[in-house]
Amino acid sequence: MTTESRPSIIGTRPIRPDGFDKVVGRAVYGADVRLPGMLFGRVKRSPHAHAVIKRIDVSKALALPGVHAVITHADFPEPREKIVQSFRGPGPAQWEIERLLARRKVLFKGHPVAAVCANDLHTAEDALDLIEVEYEVLLPVLNLHDALLPSAPILHDDGFADPIKGLFDPVGGHATNVATRLELGAGDVELGFREADVIIEREYETGTYHQGYIEPHNGTAIWGPDGRLTVWTSTQGAFGMRESISRVLGLSISQLRVIPAEIGGGFGAKNVMYLEPLAALLSKKSGGRPVQVRMSNQEVLEATGPTSATRAWVRLGAKRDGTLVAADVRLEYEAGAYHGSPVAGGARCALGPYAIPHQRVVGYDIVVNKSKVAAYRAPGASASEFAVESAVDELAQKLSMDPMELRLKNPARAGQRRSDGATHGSIGTVEVMQALVDSPHYRSELAGKNRGRGVAMGFWQNGGGESSAFANVHEDGRVTLLTGSVDIGGLRAALAMQFAETLGIPYEDVSSLVADTESIGFTNNTGGSRSAFATGWAAYQSALDIREQLEQRIAKIWEVDAAEVSYDPVDATLRGPGDLMMTFKEAARRLPHSGGMIQGHADVVSTSLGAVGACMAAHIVDVEVDRETGKVTILRYTAVQDVGRAIHPSYVEGQIQGGVAQGVGMALSEEYVFDASGAMRNNSLLDYRMPTALDLPMIDVVLVEVPNPGHPYGVRGVGEVPIVPPLAAVANAIADAIGVRVPRLPASPRVILEQLEQGS
Amino acid sequence: MSQRIIVNSNINGENIEFMADERDSLLEALRDRIGLTGVKEGCNNGNCGACAVIMDGRLVNSCCVMAAECQDASITTVEGLEKDGQLTTLQQTFLEDAALQCGICTPGFLVAATALLEFNPHPTEHEIRFWLAGNLCRCTGYDKIIRAVQHAAERA
Repeated sequence: MTTESRPSIIGTRPIRPDGFDKVVGRAVYGADVRLPGMLFGRVKRSPHAHAVIKRIDVSKALALPGVHAVITHADFPEPREKIVQSFRGPGPAQWEIERLLARRKVLFKGHPVAAVCANDLHTAEDALDLIEVEYEVLLPVLNLHDALLPSAPILHDDGFADPIKGLFDPVGGHATNVATRLELGAGDVELGFREADVIIEREYETGTYHQGYIEPHNGTAIWGPDGRLTVWTSTQGAFGMRESISRVLGLSISQLRVIPAEIGGGFGAKNVMYLEPLAALLSKKSGGRPVQVRMSNQEVLEATGPTSATRAWVRLGAKRDGTLVAADVRLEYEAGAYHGSPVAGGARCALGPYAIPHQRVVGYDIVVNKSKVAAYRAPGASASEFAVESAVDELAQKLSMDPMELRLKNPARAGQRRSDGATHGSIGTVEVMQALVDSPHYRSELAGKNRGRGVAMGFWQNGGGESSAFANVHEDGRVTLLTGSVDIGGLRAALAMQFAETLGIPYEDVSSLVADTESIGFTNNTGGSRSAFATGWAAYQSALDIREQLEQRIAKIWEVDAAEVSYDPVDATLRGPGDLMMTFKEAARRLPHSGGMIQGHADVVSTSLGAVGACMAAHIVDVEVDRETGKVTILRYTAVQDVGRAIHPSYVEGQIQGGVAQGVGMALSEEYVFDASGAMRNNSLLDYRMPTALDLPMIDVVLVEVPNPGHPYGVRGVGEVPIVPPLAAVANAIADAIGVRVPRLPASPRVILEQLEQGS
Repeated sequence: MSQRIIVNSNINGENIEFMADERDSLLEALRDRIGLTGVKEGCNNGNCGACAVIMDGRLVNSCCVMAAECQDASITTVEGLEKDGQLTTLQQTFLEDAALQCGICTPGFLVAATALLEFNPHPTEHEIRFWLAGNLCRCTGYDKIIRAVQHAAERA
């Protein structure tokens, strides 16, 4: 039998494994979970942004027919450890619980104070109105400026942070709303500015944005009579969720099984637990009935996410010829009600695209009376790079240089030290800059009044972490690939393709599934653009494991030494001495009667195998500004990105196009509007204005492939960096169009008209 | 306390009698009483289009229709698009063109685009964007969705 060698699967565009279920409405998302006897839960929330809870009375709610249980903060156990570690640093364990259900104080409008479950949603909602909460309203702190005033009300006055050095350290003996300060740097900034011929100094701000996923948060739980807890939820990571839930409920992680449902978008914010422990406690109090708690979209906007509103101060110094010699950046990020803004990510990436010998980035994490911020796609980097990329354009203007010429003069290269102390590995800065300059868009003429063109760079570090894969070879030659990585946008396809490529079998013969916390080895969350890279490594290793086991098994059948058998992935065929050969399909068929089926397995800490490939992007946009109304229209958009190697180019393009759309939303139309009491005035998807199909043109994508040497197929994470450049690219285009720079985003019609008035 | 009501509708070609709470929206009735969870709740106030269905030939957001209004109505949900186990051209082009990422908005987009192509079999790009402006997608930037609709129109 002969098998023709097949072309590479990588780089093709097959239909995703979960696609069929999703176009016929059969895919089960978190809110679609239906269990026998299931009760429905709702959350009672604070109407005040800052208040002391004087009294909660749930008796009337409990008395309502159809209501099964009501919980408050008192239903949580005391934390076993006083201090918990999270990826954003240590914090008081008590605050993790208080974020879920307030204890002594509410810290934002929408802060949960109680939860109820009933036979149906309407009854649960009726019960919410019967829960009585008495508040003593305090002055809220609603922005960075007010938070830093000496007279500012202090959010955290409970002393829980006192044992943690570096967290809310008192200033001059007084409590503060500044949670943490960080400083990164390289070289000698003062020296650098002395060497500079030209220096500019600017300030920029960004508003509060929401991740804007269409699926509201949900959580379904059964607390069994054996004390074991099962949770279904739309999460970016079942294992991360297991850790979070077990900590606040005082469970050991193995007492808890988390089953990840299909997830309707996350963009970072579905790494966070909100409802799952409430569903668990309600189930426990309802005698083990399954309980599903869901949010409305209004609750999502008011009490999850959002991202940090930010202020940035940027000082850049350059030689007359455009060589950057010094950069000094100060970032202030709102954390929301609890510490932990993504200011560190913003700081690490702020100057990422450039080689600057002397640099310093200082960041502040500052609490205000708003929902605690959550990660949002390249967390922190959109805001910091908006500031730097705007300043780079202003510097180019001052130097009378073309903006791309200035950038091409200073690209970050491999081996160069970054401000966070790391060195750049393989990085495609020059390649994406050059591809942008060579693009049809850049080379086209832009004609017309009030039209302008802008460019901007984006850098994101990407993540690695731990991933597992388990691959089950079936007798018919097909393979089931189980991984622990939640699939938000085509990951199952990208993993199946890497796996099939390694075995040399058809993509269609791989069934790619997402497993729960008891069915697969530990796997970090889908976030940090890590999964196609790290879980791709695991899929690859599990296929290698199968190849090795097949070689040993077939050697036995052939009665030869295993070293004499080799698996050739080009035609998925095992070859032995002489002309002995057997295809993968035939080998699979022989397994049951030669010692049993085989399974491939891998648990990898990806970064011990190969370096994470950081990601560089360059975007170009044409806009038109209506001077009468202040409306900005996107005429044309091209995104260039170093993607390492595009496993499934359609989903790589899709990640980039989606990131661009969100970045354009940040640049032009999205923004939380708060009133003086701290209430969000535009808490609907009509008024929180995300781009619609009518607001955007087609988004052209140029994939640049500089393979990551730290991955067998050259993969770099691609999902996050595309949200970074649009803010500055659009702002730079507006400046080009009307000669007035917008220092604060979004550049809504109001802001544009104000700037035009000031400029004239 | 609220009343229970009995409603008779034709849903995806089948005559169905169901019991609902008088406060139920059509969305709640479809999902929680009838089990058609392919219809998605996004915003629950008519802004996102994830719950779109075709009711008596009109594209509606099922969160903004009361179940009680559906007596004798004919309703098509995403579950009713495929014919004889065959995907429609739109469903097929959505798959081929990678027009979905997380997929939560997909049922609404498919229903809305189906209504568009019935109303206007050869829409321009602008007409597609205008018609679909009532459906929010946060993952794709719309590019591949628009192309999937264009490709379906070309094949018809």
